[in-house]
Amino acid sequence: MQVETLGTFGIIFGVLARFWPVWIALAVILFFSLRFRERIGLYGQLFETGVGVAGVLICFFWLFTALFAATVAPFDPLAQFPIMKNVLPGAIEPESGQAFLFGGDRLARDVFSRMVYGSQIVLIIAPAATLFALMVGTTLGLPAGYYGGRIDSFLSFLANLVLAFPVILLFYLLVTPGIRETPIPQWMAGVFFIFPIVFFVTLFWTRYRSRPQLLAIQLAVTLLVGGWAYLGLVFDADPLGIISISSNQLNIFVAVVFASSPGVFRIVRGLVMDIKTRDYVAAAQTRGETPWYIMLWEVLPNARGPLIVDVCLRIGYTTILLGTLGYFGLGLAPESPDWGTGIKESSRLLRAYVHPALPPVFALMSFVLGLNLLADALREQSLKD
Amino acid sequence: MASPRFSYCDEPAEPYYGGILQGDFGCSTKFKVPVAEKLFPALGATGILMFWVMVVMVPVALLIGVLAGMREGTRTDRTLSVASIATTATPEYVSGVIFAVIFASWLGWLNGSAATATRQGISFYNFTLPVMTMAIYGIGYIARMTRASMVEVMTQQYIRTARLKGLGFRAVVIKHALRNALIAPFTVIMLQFPWLLTGVVIVEVMFRYQGFGFTLVEAASNNDIDLLLGCSLVSVFVVLSTQLISDVGYAYLNPRIRVQ
Amino acid sequence: MIYQEPMASLNPAMKIGQQLMEVPLIHDNVSKGEAWRRALEMVEAVRLPDPERMMRSYPHQLSGGQQQRIVIAMALLSKPALLLLDEPTTALDVTVEAGIVELVKGLGKKYGTSMIFVSHNLGLILETCDRVTVMYSGEAVETGRVEDVFDRMRHPYTQGLFRSIPLPGADKNERPLIAIPGQLPLPHERPKGCNFGPRCQHFKEGLCDAGEVPMLPIEGHERHHSRCLRFDEIDWNALPEGALADKQPIEPGKPMLRIENLKKYYHVAANSIFGGGDTKTVKANEQISFEARESETVAIVGESGCGKSTLAKVLLGLETATDGEVVLANEPIQSTAVEDRDTGTVAGIQMVFQNPFDTLNPSHSVGSQIVRTLEKFNVGKTLADRRQRMLELLDLVKLPRAFAERMPRQLSGGQKQRIGVARAFAGNAKVVVADEPVSALDVSVQAAVTELLMDIQRKNKTTMLFISHDLSVVRYLADRVVVMYLGHIVEQGTTDQIFAPPYHPYTEALLSAIPIADTSVRKKHIVLEGDIPSAMNPPSGCPFQTRCRYKDQVPGGKCEREVPPLKDLGDGHFSLCWLDDDVLKSMEPVISFDAPRKTGKPARRQGKAKAASQKPKAKGEIRPIAGGRKPVRASAAGLSAVPGSSSPKRVQAEAGGGRQAASTRVKPATAKIGKDAKPARMRKPKQPDDLKLISGVGPKLEARLNDLGVYTFAQIAAWKKAERDWVDDHLSFKGHIERDDWVKQAKALARGGVEEYMRVFGKKPR
Repeated sequence: MQVETLGTFGIIFGVLARFWPVWIALAVILFFSLRFRERIGLYGQLFETGVGVAGVLICFFWLFTALFAATVAPFDPLAQFPIMKNVLPGAIEPESGQAFLFGGDRLARDVFSRMVYGSQIVLIIAPAATLFALMVGTTLGLPAGYYGGRIDSFLSFLANLVLAFPVILLFYLLVTPGIRETPIPQWMAGVFFIFPIVFFVTLFWTRYRSRPQLLAIQLAVTLLVGGWAYLGLVFDADPLGIISISSNQLNIFVAVVFASSPGVFRIVRGLVMDIKTRDYVAAAQTRGETPWYIMLWEVLPNARGPLIVDVCLRIGYTTILLGTLGYFGLGLAPESPDWGTGIKESSRLLRAYVHPALPPVFALMSFVLGLNLLADALREQSLKD
Repeated sequence: MASPRFSYCDEPAEPYYGGILQGDFGCSTKFKVPVAEKLFPALGATGILMFWVMVVMVPVALLIGVLAGMREGTRTDRTLSVASIATTATPEYVSGVIFAVIFASWLGWLNGSAATATRQGISFYNFTLPVMTMAIYGIGYIARMTRASMVEVMTQQYIRTARLKGLGFRAVVIKHALRNALIAPFTVIMLQFPWLLTGVVIVEVMFRYQGFGFTLVEAASNNDIDLLLGCSLVSVFVVLSTQLISDVGYAYLNPRIRVQ
Repeated sequence: MIYQEPMASLNPAMKIGQQLMEVPLIHDNVSKGEAWRRALEMVEAVRLPDPERMMRSYPHQLSGGQQQRIVIAMALLSKPALLLLDEPTTALDVTVEAGIVELVKGLGKKYGTSMIFVSHNLGLILETCDRVTVMYSGEAVETGRVEDVFDRMRHPYTQGLFRSIPLPGADKNERPLIAIPGQLPLPHERPKGCNFGPRCQHFKEGLCDAGEVPMLPIEGHERHHSRCLRFDEIDWNALPEGALADKQPIEPGKPMLRIENLKKYYHVAANSIFGGGDTKTVKANEQISFEARESETVAIVGESGCGKSTLAKVLLGLETATDGEVVLANEPIQSTAVEDRDTGTVAGIQMVFQNPFDTLNPSHSVGSQIVRTLEKFNVGKTLADRRQRMLELLDLVKLPRAFAERMPRQLSGGQKQRIGVARAFAGNAKVVVADEPVSALDVSVQAAVTELLMDIQRKNKTTMLFISHDLSVVRYLADRVVVMYLGHIVEQGTTDQIFAPPYHPYTEALLSAIPIADTSVRKKHIVLEGDIPSAMNPPSGCPFQTRCRYKDQVPGGKCEREVPPLKDLGDGHFSLCWLDDDVLKSMEPVISFDAPRKTGKPARRQGKAKAASQKPKAKGEIRPIAGGRKPVRASAAGLSAVPGSSSPKRVQAEAGGGRQAASTRVKPATAKIGKDAKPARMRKPKQPDDLKLISGVGPKLEARLNDLGVYTFAQIAAWKKAERDWVDDHLSFKGHIERDDWVKQAKALARGGVEEYMRVFGKKPR
């Protein structure tokens, strides 16, 4: 059975047109950013270099694509249209009259829609996992760098152990069915997810201890929100039923946090060791501040520049890790539309059909590239100050 | 007297992991041979791959880094920097697909599979793609490190001193800047090994090269515990020894450490 | 060119020899052996010990002073006609600095190199230079001979500089330092007309801001120019209003802080990789005892590594003492770390830090940082109370209240330091430790911050421990001085006791090493050999014995074996030395005044100067040094500093705060070394002294000295350094230490003949 196809221009215009909500959102953001460039600090300075603009635009592009995925994608990423198996780009699905802009894959799904929905998975898991890794790494790196000595030796040893262990082996171990059935992932999630709560409680406690009313409010909010999320994520027992995460996703989440927190740990530790020699830290010590106050309120804010840069790079790195997981079929469901799985599926049939492989490949590459460019521009701008 | 667990290899019925200490890795259920028999040839094959990757990656990366860092802010610098950022954004499974599409599917210059390399020996035709794919990711990373280090060194006062002595720009770069600038990337190259190992797994699976990574994946996906354990041990051993080498090499390159 | 940081100027991965050899290899295309020979020669010429070993070492194996010598050697190897020294000694300790200055001066003469010496240290310039150019905000504002500029300055900025540094003789109660008001304009915010106009007390509207001010020659002074239109109208001796605040000296009250036999040892693992094993003990503080009373300023003086910072840490509770006692207002605090101290004690002893750029947290606003301190010290009950108190503190340190909302990066160095002061006094501290609070600030700002500190101290009756290496500041503001060396207190006493003989040998050297920007001051030159030993590996016996020049006067080598006792010299003056009372008594003051400073300097030629000022000149041009008359000795001192025409680096340097530059004279090595340096001749008296009595002078040398017209001890005794050098050269007889000795011997002989000689040297002359 023959299907009609669009020409090259038809495909290009089709793709551009499908992204219309993204273009509008980008235009709005760009307009306001350029308008108020002077007033928004570091973010505004990004617009001074070509690299910075490119980085910001690419990152925002994927962010909005993820947000508006339902509007952008013409088809359900999991829906199969038997007639469209392995069709070339531009083929028009007869029932709905919509085109398979990037063709169909081995299981007759729309490659374009899968790519668009794949961005959702990546843009939720990668930044979230990075933020958790940041919390874990920071909370452990601060005391290691500040106190030095035994604590430092012990924590650094642990971090080096995890770092020296090849990531891929780690993933195989964490995601193999043998381990997945044990409660180990849940324990690890329990440990990792407690860090943000501890972090914020200590943060408020050290600063506002002498103002009990303010402190009480802050602690109540932290514990309430943190506890709610904690119940939902770790025990899947959210009383309101809003937050839930499948055990599969929890697994890869834990694996990614586990693999990238030692990196954050090392960076934070190095920064703290540098910053703690400054006079303002000594000044805080001489007025009798507690060590945790100094770490959280005197040292950490001054480490934010390099940390922001690192977070950007690390989100990219996490995206690559997620892709690796997808590529080896670890953790994520085989029909999941994420980019790594897409690459795995299509690369097997590369000799026969090239087109299903390219969209996820370029999507992943451009997103990571955008993050790297952003990090590079941020680093350059923060060095200028 | 218990019968052996497996017919194809001689082993006590009870799993005995202490044998590893004596060099006995146990038996592979997937390949139906003792682990050592499978593991070491695979390691050898991976060694060849790594050797070629290093031969390509290190000089190219250093050259790019030095050229870019030599004169900060020039057009060459910016072009090379963006190029190296682009390659760091390209993991092996991405560049592998792209190269395979271009060179194997479209142009037909190279073989999209390295499976023949194991049997018939390596050749330009079947081995270029895996090597290129692996090298490209590392090149960006090392080149960026080299560039940063080079830029830092070039702003040092002793470079100014050397210029004031009347040395030419080339002589300054070669005699004074290079050695100091290479200290940092050296450690980076050595610390790349854990990551390269991941790359090896991806590339070997993608191009069906029967090396260490291929074995590892086969072992993991077939629940071949002994083989998986052997692979893990070997890889940790490799990683730790490269870290040791990197520490020793660092001390050699940096006279300040050597004395202390 | 020679830069500030010697370490950074040398390639860390290359051996010294290789780096030196490169120079002749490139410039003269010589063989490797020849290059090595020349390099070695130069290393010897910069007086480094064991040159062969030096050539084979890496830069990090050398001390800072040695590295700077290597850098100088490297610069000289290319036989330059002009050497540019950019603050070559700022990174070094004072006693090491003295050695480098000595070396640079000697080498300049020996090789006939002209030098441009960029420095902010006026005293150093007086010691090294012949001519000086004062720069302000990208322009040279005054240029002339050092004597002219220092004693008869004709630019308000130069005068402001001199008034803001403490000179010997200045007293904090009678004549406080006068800071230059305002701030250096940023390069793109320079005012029209005179750049210094907005900060100048002689500013006259319509004249000073009318247009570009040219460099004007000053009549009657040789090649002295000033970029000021009104220099002939200004009364250069009048002090600005309110400068002569006759403050009552404060009577120190009851003892506030007592330190008794304080010891602080650190244990450092000798092998960090394997840990454990043998640990080394670093004795950072050893037997520290002194007392500070209410509203008294005690200065702690010493060079790097002397343990003054460790002492401060122990006092503040950042470290706990190994042994001994620290009593703050009757409460022992030596073993209580700061976390365990109660709020009163913590607030009672506070610190002002050295580096203004580090003292405030860049992430929090100025106001919130002070409020936090108040909160910590339990000052005020509510947030509003504390804010109010914070604003009052800003008033106290003379900063506008609007600064509360600013971030630290919006403040200048001096302003940050003021906030640091406000923070230290926030909890009504009883004792404030000031760790070199002004050393990182510009000269003109230093005065303001110093005065502020002292004002507040006076008001609050605070005890201040002033840690410094700068003895001229110490002399100006301290009541009592504690001199430290390698963890020991080597001398302590009132300021007058310390600055007058008898000295501890180290204090003597320290005093002589301090450059003083006063032409009327005469100093003894004592240059210490070598560097400060490392605290990790201190010498046995007396800590100072490795560099002490009196060591041979203590019989039996006691200095090397035992730590000397703390000798009581009366009235609370202690000295850690084996020297006998006799020797101590025979010490001469290091700093003396040539003549009372001339109060009135007439030289006001109104009519003529007026004519000069009308002479049109190209914009911003520095009038080139009038060539012709003395071509040989004149040097090209013209520092082009016209904005735009100078290199960015240079403009930057000046924007950083009014630098001064000067050049030493060009002198071909063969030229006669100035007639002034030649010893005074005399006719042969009837009874010439027997010069042979001086050990080192034989009959042959006596004859040659007689040929030169030298016949009496008195003549030799009057020799200054220049004459000694001249004689050195003339007799072609190397080693100037001996000649030093001659002068000493001759002095004794001239004063009291053989008897005096025996008293001083403890032996008969030959």
